[in-house]
Amino acid sequence: MALLEVDDLHVSFDTPDGVVRAVRGVSFTVEPGQTLGIVGESGSGKSVATQSLTGLAAGAKVTGAAMFDGLDLLHASSREMRHIRGRRIGMIFQDPLSSLHPAYSVGWQIVEMIRAHEAVPRRRARERAIELLDLVRIPNARARVDDYPHQFSGGMRQRVMIAMAMALSPSLLIADEPTTALDVTVQAQVLKVMQDVQAEFGTAIILITHDLGVIAEIADEVVVMYAGQVMERARRREAFYQYHHPYTEGLLASLPARGGTRERLTPIPGSPPSLLGKLDPCPFVPRCPYVFDKCRREEPPLAPVYPGEHHLSACWLDPDRARSRESAHTDPAPDIAPVRP
Amino acid sequence: MTDQAASAATGAIESRSETLLHIEDIRKYFKVRSHAGTSRAEVKAVDGVTLDVRRGETLGLVGETGCGKSTLARCMARLYDLTSGKVVFEDHDISRTSRRGLRPVRRQMQMIFQDPYGSLNPRRRVGSIIGDPFAIHQIGDRKDRKGKVQELMQLVGLNPEHYNRFPNEFSGGQRQRIGVARALALQPRLIVCDEPVSALDVSIQAQVLNLLTDLQQEFGLTYVFITHDLSVVRHVSDRIAVMYLGKVVEVARTDDIFSTTRHPYTKALLSALPVPDPDAADSRERIVLTGDMPSPINPPPACRFHTRCPKAQEICSREEPPLVPVLGDDGSHLTACHFPLEVGETLRPGTVAQREGG
Amino acid sequence: MSMGSSDVRFDEDVAKEVEVGASPVEGRSPWLLAWQRLRHDRVAMISLGVIVLIALVAIFAPVFTHITGHPPNQQYLRQGTTSAGLPLSPNGKFWLGTDNLGRDILVRIAFGARISLAVGVVATLLTVAIGVVVGLAAGFFRGIVDTILARLVDVVLSVPFILVAVALVSIAGPGLTMTVLVIGFFSWASVARIVRGQVLSIREREYVEAARSLGASNFRIMFIDILPNVLAQVIVYTTLLIPVVIVTQATLSFLGLGLQPPTADWGGMLAESQTYYTVAWWFVAFPGIALLITTLAFNLFGDGVRDAFDPRAGR
Repeated sequence: MALLEVDDLHVSFDTPDGVVRAVRGVSFTVEPGQTLGIVGESGSGKSVATQSLTGLAAGAKVTGAAMFDGLDLLHASSREMRHIRGRRIGMIFQDPLSSLHPAYSVGWQIVEMIRAHEAVPRRRARERAIELLDLVRIPNARARVDDYPHQFSGGMRQRVMIAMAMALSPSLLIADEPTTALDVTVQAQVLKVMQDVQAEFGTAIILITHDLGVIAEIADEVVVMYAGQVMERARRREAFYQYHHPYTEGLLASLPARGGTRERLTPIPGSPPSLLGKLDPCPFVPRCPYVFDKCRREEPPLAPVYPGEHHLSACWLDPDRARSRESAHTDPAPDIAPVRP
Repeated sequence: MTDQAASAATGAIESRSETLLHIEDIRKYFKVRSHAGTSRAEVKAVDGVTLDVRRGETLGLVGETGCGKSTLARCMARLYDLTSGKVVFEDHDISRTSRRGLRPVRRQMQMIFQDPYGSLNPRRRVGSIIGDPFAIHQIGDRKDRKGKVQELMQLVGLNPEHYNRFPNEFSGGQRQRIGVARALALQPRLIVCDEPVSALDVSIQAQVLNLLTDLQQEFGLTYVFITHDLSVVRHVSDRIAVMYLGKVVEVARTDDIFSTTRHPYTKALLSALPVPDPDAADSRERIVLTGDMPSPINPPPACRFHTRCPKAQEICSREEPPLVPVLGDDGSHLTACHFPLEVGETLRPGTVAQREGG
Repeated sequence: MSMGSSDVRFDEDVAKEVEVGASPVEGRSPWLLAWQRLRHDRVAMISLGVIVLIALVAIFAPVFTHITGHPPNQQYLRQGTTSAGLPLSPNGKFWLGTDNLGRDILVRIAFGARISLAVGVVATLLTVAIGVVVGLAAGFFRGIVDTILARLVDVVLSVPFILVAVALVSIAGPGLTMTVLVIGFFSWASVARIVRGQVLSIREREYVEAARSLGASNFRIMFIDILPNVLAQVIVYTTLLIPVVIVTQATLSFLGLGLQPPTADWGGMLAESQTYYTVAWWFVAFPGIALLITTLAFNLFGDGVRDAFDPRAGR
């Protein structure tokens, strides 16, 4: 039984320049305890899609269904949503500095969060807050629980956010670009904490990012979005070695890790389309190196590459494209001794 | 200043010197008004860096937030005054030159900035922005300038007819191209690129990187390329200098940095880098450093990295390791460490992270 | 520069197919965008209409004289006042009634509009010009220049307005010039403060750094890079400053420190009406309403301008 089932999600905004259709028919599922990575560039609609799930997309027109444990998130009352947010679904965002209140200590914020949903005496909630800070490896948690957000570094703040999001043991954690603004070594710390937390609580994670490296590290399932639509859905290894969709291919091919020193990279020509107007049936048409007539006439459905398979792709191309490939990546640190489990 | 006078000020056009830019023991400290209002604290952004930039190469400057790479780049380009140290550009010492004296040098040394949204004045038309260098140095008249600007736009892949548009009408990648065009206008020798692709989408990054590579080949440019992204720096650089808390900890040819990593910090950086390849991600041992980067106001004594280094010993907090070749490396590979790593040596890590299967 | 064979070059055909990212609209300057937003703001446009109307009234004030046959300062003691020498209420001859000296209030309001608008606009522009220059200098140069100028601004803003006005007038005598000078003396400081704040933040932007890296002179950076970005805020502040200046001018006249009788001026009229308000409501009401409508129109228009430049601020 899927934990979250999103079906045909459409999100649009009215702007002075016209109607922006940010999400155009997105469907995906999240299983309990699983990590779903949603990958896309700017304008792909990945953030808007998850924001609309938790009712955080201000001024948006939302249609479709999002079944979470028997409740349709898109049609829930605001009271039901308040109950869900924080308690059953936790969220962390890219910039912890703006998500944490600067004038209250982190301990206070976690305690308030807990007490808003559960009738717990303050002292017990405080103990729990310290436990949580410990869990996310904030050194000296007991002393630091009364510190203010600005007294923590960026990476620590993000871990505090994770602690807060996990305070009530939600079954789903939505992380929107949680490590994008962080240094590489700090990113490693935060990702590790997320994995530990997942192992401890069995939480499912939706991780939104543009960084394919992060996806390769921690995602179980991958959804690739472009121009508000899902282009491909696959398991981790499938996405990297048996991809089908030309956009996925283009993304992987354009990464600097692919090339040797001073070689030319193979970028995807052009840039993502504006979401204001009409797009081709397949939005990737203007940039696709394999485009042919049918692509311009009929919208390719997000369908299994081979019948009955889990791996989905929204493309008219032959399924045999998705055969296994050699990894073309050169590992930048080849001499780190492989450790076999 | 006329063209001839300008080139005379910065050295003969055909300079024989291999080294385009030499910086020696640069220090740049910023005063901070401390919260308590008591002591006058200083942020030691760059704390003694010596480097050479060779003609025609791309030198990558890598490091995390607070390492001082951006400050160092601006000291190199003399956008900041130095607290101490020397900057020699094409055999001319410009360490203490006044703003006026630097004007001719500015034609030879340009910068490309990180933020495609902040580095262009939103109230000026693109043609005027790209033509700024010509206007500032009084080159050509209005008609000449327009022609040159349109040539530049075409050069970087922009439609010359968009001359009169405003920055907000371009995408991030296109804005970066505008910045590149502006930097190229005066045909500089050296371009300092401060995280030029970090703010761009992945598929656009590749376009701009290709552009920079092509331009370098076509015009014989020299780049100093600052970034925090190790995969990018590996792709563009001939040599890489790794910085930590205001100092260079390791500098070597690109391949050597990756295959013969000597400094523990470099190693940790490399291992932390997420590789877009599940097999590699599964089989790698990830070294997760404990603790946070110390504040540049109060950097640890001697070796700056000793507080987080798995190999640190007593001497590391007493004596600062010099930046020299170690373990038989040749003169191109310098490391500042008392206990540099052997090839194949694994760091006894603070925490080991490993993926359980695929 | 030579044209190489790199495929990075801009290629017409490729561009047409692939240039999907660029905006479909050509050359829309931020000013044009703001104007378009303003145009759709109903309240602002109505206010603008009212302002234009008032300006027309001011310009064509003599037409009122022509129509009614009453010059503004002409006293009609026999037909314009009651037998007791009190103002006449609005009637067929004097549409808005008369004042205590039998003068036509309608015509006087029309001529008063001239004063209000002229002083309002001129004094404001003068003030803003000074304030912008001072603010630019203080914010850009920092250091000792900033310290001196900022302190000066603080001093000027702490001085009690009325006392200084009275003092200046007692030295130099009341009148139009005095009014403009007094207003200018105080208002430049608040503009300077705002401009300084803006400049301080703008000078940290990367495009200013870029200009510096190109070797631009301080002067060039201030006027070509910084000023256009400060201008938006300045314009907003100016439109909101005008009504303040108008009221200040009226206040000065009311206190007898500004324009002197028999000049037709709203503040002066309000001053004269004080003794008669119990018996002649029109004497107070109409100049008061004229002042109210004018200031309201400018304020609403100013709000609209502010929202047009920064649409997020309104929400």
